[in-house]
Amino acid sequence: MASIRELHHQLIQKERTAVELAEAALARMDALEPQIKSFLTVTADQALAQARRVDAQIAAGEPIGLLAGIPIGIKDNMCTQGIRTTCGSRILETFVPPYESTVTQRLQQAGAVMVGKTNMDEFAMGSSTETSAYQVTANPWDVERVPGGSSGGSAAAVAAGECVVSLGSDTGGSIRQPASLCGVVGMKPTYGLVSRYGLVAFASSLDQIGPFGRSVEDVALVLQAIAGHDPHDATSLDVEIPDYAAALKPDFKPRGKLRIGIIKETFGEGLDATVEAAVTQAVEQMQAMGAEVQVVSCPQFRYGLPTYYIIAPSEASANLARYDGVKFGYRHDDPENLLDMYVKTRSEGFGAEVKRRIMIGTYVLSAGYYDAYYLKAQKVRTLIKQDFERAFQQVDVLVSPTSPTTAFRAGEKTDDPLGMYLLDLMTIPVNLAGLPAISLPCGFDAQGLPIGLQLIGNVLREDLLLSVAHAYEQATEWHKRKPPLAV
Amino acid sequence: MTSAAPAKTQYEAVIGLETHCQLSTETKIFSTSSTQFGGDPNTNIDPVCMGLPGTLPVLNQKVLEYAVKAGLALNCQIAPYSKFDRKQYFYPDLPKNYQISQYDLPIAEHGWLEIELDDEAGSLVRKRIGITRLHMEEDAGKLVHGGGDRLSGSTYSLVDYNRAGIPLVEIVSEPDLRSGTEAAEYARELRRIMRYLGVSDGNMQEGSLRCDVNISVRPVGTEAFGTKVEIKNMNSFNAIERAINYEIERQTAAVEAGEPIYQETRLWEEGAQRTISMRMKEGSSDYRYFPEPDLGPIQVSSQQLEAWRTELPELPAQKRQRYEQDLGLSPYDARVLTDDRAMTEYFEAAIATGANAKQAANWLMGDISAYLNTEKAAITDIALTPQTLAEMIGLIDDSTISTKIAKDILPDLLAQGGSAKDLVERKGLIQMSDPAVLEAEIEQVIAAHPDELEKYRAGKTKLLGFFVGQVMKRTGGRADPKLTNQLLAKKLNG
Repeated sequence: MASIRELHHQLIQKERTAVELAEAALARMDALEPQIKSFLTVTADQALAQARRVDAQIAAGEPIGLLAGIPIGIKDNMCTQGIRTTCGSRILETFVPPYESTVTQRLQQAGAVMVGKTNMDEFAMGSSTETSAYQVTANPWDVERVPGGSSGGSAAAVAAGECVVSLGSDTGGSIRQPASLCGVVGMKPTYGLVSRYGLVAFASSLDQIGPFGRSVEDVALVLQAIAGHDPHDATSLDVEIPDYAAALKPDFKPRGKLRIGIIKETFGEGLDATVEAAVTQAVEQMQAMGAEVQVVSCPQFRYGLPTYYIIAPSEASANLARYDGVKFGYRHDDPENLLDMYVKTRSEGFGAEVKRRIMIGTYVLSAGYYDAYYLKAQKVRTLIKQDFERAFQQVDVLVSPTSPTTAFRAGEKTDDPLGMYLLDLMTIPVNLAGLPAISLPCGFDAQGLPIGLQLIGNVLREDLLLSVAHAYEQATEWHKRKPPLAV
Repeated sequence: MTSAAPAKTQYEAVIGLETHCQLSTETKIFSTSSTQFGGDPNTNIDPVCMGLPGTLPVLNQKVLEYAVKAGLALNCQIAPYSKFDRKQYFYPDLPKNYQISQYDLPIAEHGWLEIELDDEAGSLVRKRIGITRLHMEEDAGKLVHGGGDRLSGSTYSLVDYNRAGIPLVEIVSEPDLRSGTEAAEYARELRRIMRYLGVSDGNMQEGSLRCDVNISVRPVGTEAFGTKVEIKNMNSFNAIERAINYEIERQTAAVEAGEPIYQETRLWEEGAQRTISMRMKEGSSDYRYFPEPDLGPIQVSSQQLEAWRTELPELPAQKRQRYEQDLGLSPYDARVLTDDRAMTEYFEAAIATGANAKQAANWLMGDISAYLNTEKAAITDIALTPQTLAEMIGLIDDSTISTKIAKDILPDLLAQGGSAKDLVERKGLIQMSDPAVLEAEIEQVIAAHPDELEKYRAGKTKLLGFFVGQVMKRTGGRADPKLTNQLLAKKLNG
């Protein structure tokens, strides 16, 4: 499938219509969904209606934006007015939001055509999309394997060509890790760059929406449309948004010496040898392209995981308290009394992983434990931030593997929650520090499974990050490989 | 026969109030729906105050301004850096099952207010009551139970979220209060301050001012507190006073009888005039507070603080002092007049146009207040302007009309307004103060009552009043009373 720019060109040259693009995406979904299962809800009618509006604009000679007519998938934790938003949970099976999230509203205004809501780990808690209450999404590179998670549906849909781009959300790696496992580009922006209004909250201080695409440029164009201050989100940053696509350059040259830092702590125990080799090779390639490479140390990096598993469940335990059967979503139909309604509604509505995290969060916030856990975790969070601040005094961009392994088989880690948590080792510290990071393909393992490279930027340096990623991408062929799908 | 009875232990009550005061902003604390009272259930709601998935709170800046002004008026220190926290508990009227409140860094702390009381001898006593803290928070919705008064025992319950997200400040006093009277006066003064500031209407019936009382008793002279009981459900200042007095008696009797006091929450029953146990406190509740991640820290710059400080009006205590010291009003008059800010504005407008302060105060506290009570009207509703009141007082001062005439024309002025002088002229009520004219009238009256004249001259001088009445009747009340008396006495004494 073509890039956003190519499709835009075809639309304005009237070689194809937006309706044809939407129909092609819907047809591909029809053919692939039985095996990939990326989507929880297909929004064919709304997609065609939006496509017709774009076609009418083109026919009337009105200018259209780059995203107009482009088929896009939306993770099912972003509220879409009148369209069911389940968050991958039984408890929201019947929830139809009466309001639109800021990101989907901005995409609609840009003319993007939403083709459906994508599968995800329940409430974005998971790294394989297997905790979804509805279905297990397959990795398009090997349908026996998981797409990663929690935004596995959004990553798989783009990898399989069911849509051109998609949105995911990233709390501890939920965009970058599935992007890595599905061989696509995925970006988590600086905390506060993209509005969270309408994003069903998991961990409020960590959640951030970001795009998936098959190229860095596609990702940059989607980010352009969704970034920017939103008065409905008090944590949204009020900053000037640069022209990301214009910042993309074919090489590192115009910026003088690009300094790249390899995070020492991300290379070591638990890292798959093939992944290590691919990432090392990618760094060498960037060096060959003129970057100055050095090894930097972030000693607190290893505390990222335990810190995250205190802060994120704490916030989640409060954020998920509203699912009580009173106002919306699932309610146990024959409770004895109020307490029984709460207990049965939540016991039946939530899956095991969500319950596990609610319990962890409730425990660590309890009187007598708060200081030992939550408060200490906040202090460690500050130390992790300071590690990054020091690193960015020496380098412009940090490099690490995105995931320590390539895609694993479905069911392989479902009985090993800790093993599953360890998959987010490389990505979690970035969320704790609120930094932007991108994952892009940098190789394949012996089974032909994609390997992802993580680039981390300083606060609000999405422009630099995208530009470096783009230059590397243009110098390599990885992004051109297609998954072996029989369609 | 002077054997002293064994000294009976004297007890004192230790009382603190927690007051929830609704701020009178147009919209809710974190969202845009209206704060109007009395709408149909679930009509003043929006996705944010309903806690719908994905929604986020954004602080209404008016709420911060009102809370800071309230803090300043209560002599508090305003925190330059403050934050919101989540207070977690499950209840169906709480949409998110956590309340956005302030825990360890409230917006205002360490303040006080001053109450005025009459001591046993009837003289004025001032007492300073400490304010521990003032913080901002959102209100919850309201449950309506079917088939029972309370959640337990009802067959179903309905929830109205109109009140969810209404901005509140919670004001916690130090345990400085010692009686029902003091507590009620504290609550009244708090309400007065809020109303003067214009940050709350303080309406107890509509629930915009709600007081919870913490009370214990201890032997006089001891330091340690007794077991604390919380009382809720008082709908008026009088109810606060009566509930506390009831509770002091109940607790004192229990202590004297050697019975335990339980740490519990009790409800005031207005009908039965007593408190009943609602629930026992089992240790302290664990609300699992943690900082609200959806809202940034609240920072009030010193410039902003000073700007808000300069916008504060003169507060009740300052006004009372000024009325006594500068205007010469009695402490009682100063207290009554300053109870309501609108009344003070009226009063001050009247004296600004030249009215004598004491007379203006008398009219406002007398006939005008009586009229407002009868008509159930507010001072802002009447047609009589402060300028006209001043004009009327002027007419009395320069003897154009008598006080009696003024009382007669006041209802017309209150209802219809207009100039007092015009009305007096139109109705021909200008006082007869020309001695020649009045003398003629008096002669007519004396001529018409020879019997009375005879009795008077025979020593029944009390009949002077009768003659004055006759002159008044004849002149339609227009005769200058002082002059009438003088002239009559002269004529009668012959």
